[in-house]
Amino acid sequence: MNKRFKTQWILALSLFAFSLTVSGQQNQQCLQCHGQVFYEYDNEWTGLKDKRPMNPFYHIDSVKMHQTVHKAFACTDCHSPEYETFPHSGELRMEEKYACIDCHGGDDTYAQFNFEGIEAAFMESVHYKANDEKFNCWMCHDPHGYQLGLRTDESIKSVVSLSNQMCLDCHDNKFKYGLLSDDLPKDIAQIHAWLPNQGNHFNKVRCIDCHTKVEDDILVSHKILPKTEALRNCVDCHSANSVLMESLYAHRVKQSRAQSGFINATILNEGYMIGANRNTTLNVVSIVLFGLLVLGLSIHLILRLTLLKKK
Amino acid sequence: MGEKLYLYPVWLRVWHAFNAIFFLVLLVTGISMQYSSPDLIIVPFELAVASHNIAGIGIAIAYLFYLFFFIGSSNKQHYKIQLKGLVGRLLTQMRYYIFGVFKKEEAPFPTSENMKFNPLQQFTYVGIMFVIFPVLILTGIPLMFPELIVDNVFGIGGTLLTAILHAAAGFIASIFLVIHLYFATMGSTFTSNFKSIINGYHEVH
Repeated sequence: MNKRFKTQWILALSLFAFSLTVSGQQNQQCLQCHGQVFYEYDNEWTGLKDKRPMNPFYHIDSVKMHQTVHKAFACTDCHSPEYETFPHSGELRMEEKYACIDCHGGDDTYAQFNFEGIEAAFMESVHYKANDEKFNCWMCHDPHGYQLGLRTDESIKSVVSLSNQMCLDCHDNKFKYGLLSDDLPKDIAQIHAWLPNQGNHFNKVRCIDCHTKVEDDILVSHKILPKTEALRNCVDCHSANSVLMESLYAHRVKQSRAQSGFINATILNEGYMIGANRNTTLNVVSIVLFGLLVLGLSIHLILRLTLLKKK
Repeated sequence: MGEKLYLYPVWLRVWHAFNAIFFLVLLVTGISMQYSSPDLIIVPFELAVASHNIAGIGIAIAYLFYLFFFIGSSNKQHYKIQLKGLVGRLLTQMRYYIFGVFKKEEAPFPTSENMKFNPLQQFTYVGIMFVIFPVLILTGIPLMFPELIVDNVFGIGGTLLTAILHAAAGFIASIFLVIHLYFATMGSTFTSNFKSIINGYHEVH
C-alpha cells in the first residue's frame, strides 16, 4: 500500500515536472517575441530580417511571468493554439478571453478565495456598471504577472504598493485609461489634495481601502464605489474601531495571536496609526494618575477655603 | 496691598501668553486625536491634525524665542539648581504645601528678586523646560514628517516608539499644567498671580 502510494506520488510529480517543462518550452516560443521590446522575424516577401517594436500592450514581462501564480500554464492553455503560427491570423484578436470565474468558479480547491462572491461584488462595482462587459478582470489583474499579496508574508507596505499599482496602471496611464474613456485620467495627487500627509497615506493604505465597500465574505472587496461614496471621514480609520481592521489588516488579524496590550496591535507590526493604536495599560495608568491629581488638588482647595476662612 | 516685585519682563510675558495658547490647542487636539472615535468628536480629525501641526510649530518657535532670551538675560539664574541639600529643601517645601499653608506659616522660601522660584517650582520648571519640552519638540517633528522615522528599532516600530514618547511627555506636561494653574491660585490673593503674568509685578505675601 505504502509502495503504491509512493509510486503514485513519483508519477504525479514527474507529470507535473514534465508539464512545467513542456509549458515552459511552449512559452519560450511566444516570449521570443512577446518577452522582448523589439522582435525579429524573417520577412518572406522581402527576404530580409525585420526588426519591429513590440506593442507595449502585448509585451509580457517574462520575469514577472515566472513568478506569477499562473506560471505553470502554457500560453495556449488560455490563448488559441493558432497563435503558434506566425504571422498570427488577424481574426485571432476577436477571441473571447477567459474570466477568472471560468477556471476558478465552482471549484472547491479555490473555495477559500470565494470567486463567486468576488464576481458578484465586481458586478456591483462602478467599473462594471459604467462599462459593462468591456471591463473585465484583466483590466486590473495582469494574468501574466498576478501575485498573491495579502495572503503572503509580504509587508503591508509591499501589499499596498502591489495593490495601488493596479489602480495606477490605468488611472495614471492615459493610454490604458483611454481604452475605456475619452477623457484623460485626473491627476491623482491633485484630486486627493485634501488628504493630510498624502504621501504617507499613499504608501501605507490601499486605494481600495477607501474606494470599496468592505464585504465580510471576501478578503479583498471588489465593489469599487463611485467617487462620491468613497470614505472621506478620517475617524473611520483613525479610531479604535478602524475599518482597516476589516480590510487591509483583516487577514493579519485572523492570523494574529499576539496580545501586546495594544488596541489593534496588528497595525503595530507595520507602523502606527493615530487614534487606532492605544495601549490599554497606559490608558488606565494615565486616567488613574490624572484622577488622583484632581482629587488631591480638590481636597487641598477645599481645606484651604474652609480652614483658612476659620482663622 | 503688599510689596510688588518686577519679576516677569515683557519678553517672558509675551512668550508665556503664546506658549499658553499653543499648549492648550495642542492639549485639546492631542487628546482629540488620540481618542478619536466616530461616536465622540471633540475636534473634527482633519481640523485637529492641522491645528496640532500649526500649534506644534508655533510652540517650537516660541521655545526658541524663550531660549534666546533665557541665555541672554539674567532669568537663567532662577533655574540654577543647588544640588547640595536639594532633597531636604524639596521636602521642606512639600511639607509647607501639605501642612504649613493651612496653618498660615511663613513660606520657607519666599519669592525675591534673586530667586523667584521655591525649590519645588525650580525643580519642576527645569524638568518641564529642559527635559519635557525638548522631548515633545524632538518627537513631534518626526511625527509631522513620519517618513523621517526608521521603520524598526529592535523589533519595535520606530513610529510607535516616537508616538508613545510624545504622548507620555504630553501627558506629563498636561499634569504640570493642572498643578501650575492650581498653584497659581496660591498667591497673596486667589487671582494675584494671574494678574502678575499680565502686568509683570509679583505681589509679595
